[in-house]
Amino acid sequence: MTDLFSKFDALIAQREGLLATGVKDPFSLVMEEVKSPTVAVVNGKETILLGTYNYMGMTFDDDVIAAGKKALDEFGAGTTGSRVLNGTFQGHKECEDALKEFYGMDHAMVFSTGYQANLGIISTIAGKGDYIILDIDSHASIYDGCKMGDAEIVAFRHNDVEALEKRLKRLPADAGKLVVLEGVYSMLGDVAPLKEMIRVSKEAGAMILVDEAHSMGFIGENGRGVAEEQGVLDDVDFIIGTFSKSVGTVGGFCVSNHPKFEIMRLVCRPYVFTASLPPSVVACSAASIRKLMHNSNKRGHLWENSKSLHQGLRDLGFQLGTPNAQSAIIAVIMPDLEKGAAMWAALLENGLYVNLARPPATPAGMTLLRCSLCAEHSSEQVADILDRFARAGKAVGII
Amino acid sequence: MTDRSEMFDRLKGLIAPFNKKGVDVSETTTFAGDLEWDSLTVMDFVAEVEDSFDIIISMNLQAEIENVGQLVDAVTKLTAA
Repeated sequence: MTDLFSKFDALIAQREGLLATGVKDPFSLVMEEVKSPTVAVVNGKETILLGTYNYMGMTFDDDVIAAGKKALDEFGAGTTGSRVLNGTFQGHKECEDALKEFYGMDHAMVFSTGYQANLGIISTIAGKGDYIILDIDSHASIYDGCKMGDAEIVAFRHNDVEALEKRLKRLPADAGKLVVLEGVYSMLGDVAPLKEMIRVSKEAGAMILVDEAHSMGFIGENGRGVAEEQGVLDDVDFIIGTFSKSVGTVGGFCVSNHPKFEIMRLVCRPYVFTASLPPSVVACSAASIRKLMHNSNKRGHLWENSKSLHQGLRDLGFQLGTPNAQSAIIAVIMPDLEKGAAMWAALLENGLYVNLARPPATPAGMTLLRCSLCAEHSSEQVADILDRFARAGKAVGII
Repeated sequence: MTDRSEMFDRLKGLIAPFNKKGVDVSETTTFAGDLEWDSLTVMDFVAEVEDSFDIIISMNLQAEIENVGQLVDAVTKLTAA
């Protein structure tokens, strides 16, 4: 018998090698208590959270929690059904209405996760004979959506407008084309030149999908994302987003002004063949989205946090993923996986949680300590974070 | 036959800057196995070939190309179209 698991041997060996050096397993951490959007108890120790994507700190918002409790009481624990059968409750419609209002768009479709939103929309709208043109550093959910569909997939170098334009020009003029971009790329926290990319895409007759998962709620005048910030939201055909970051719950969505968009509810398999979100989750999400519309003070504070962390880490001598703070993600580049894991463990010892990110999730084979800031981090916490980075960095010998 | 060997030579020339191991390149040389290219190197190389021949090598097609001979076939077909 061929052991089907033998293909994982290299990874198993790498993992065992890493654990043998004495570091704690970075991928099996448990949050024993969660005290606020920025503090949890890990290994019995109070820990500052700097790797949660909880950008706006909505997870413990009083109104959000109250809305969820009310829905739990009135609509029960779950829907036990698909959106197209028995699984669309009043709360799902209200959540979609909130999204339409938030983005100022005609249609909104709520999925059970952000992953499924990308999987479903991309695999369904681009079919056989069509082309999907995507940034090489796209999120796994975008690649999986491509893999699930029948379109031809064409990749271009990360954030390279010229590479995109050249490829678009080589494609058959009359073929269906979908250009897939992200507002903020989650690994390095860098922002895409959407304005130029959308211009060349439109010139080539392509439709455009932008994943704004990491920008919703705080980039752009109304928090609609990078496309809004760069003044090109009206040229985007589909915005994909998630509730599991700024909104503070779980779920995914697509908003669009396409006149035929509603047909997606019948043809999009990751929407049809799965149970819908629980009533409490959509109620929390709707309440949170409505609050995110009026949040400019919190947004301002989040930007301050991001800028001061970026400046502080640079001053300490760490190598960062972007030359300036472009989003609420600050990526600290580690020399290799071993040093990265050691640094991650040292930070945790010092009461600070960040994400350890490594290939294949990261670009260019990098190991990163990815920090995501929250609007609820106080300025004192940011100073504290820098202090802990300094101590851990010296202990591990990175700075 | 001449056309094929010309195509092979041209592609071999494009492979050279990425051939860090100095592997002797033949039609049966594999990109992942023999040249030990990671996904980043593959991307850079594919972009180079695409720009040199003004073609698109989709990821669907890339998945079917394991060795240099298969690349010669694929590029020949794409440039003939």
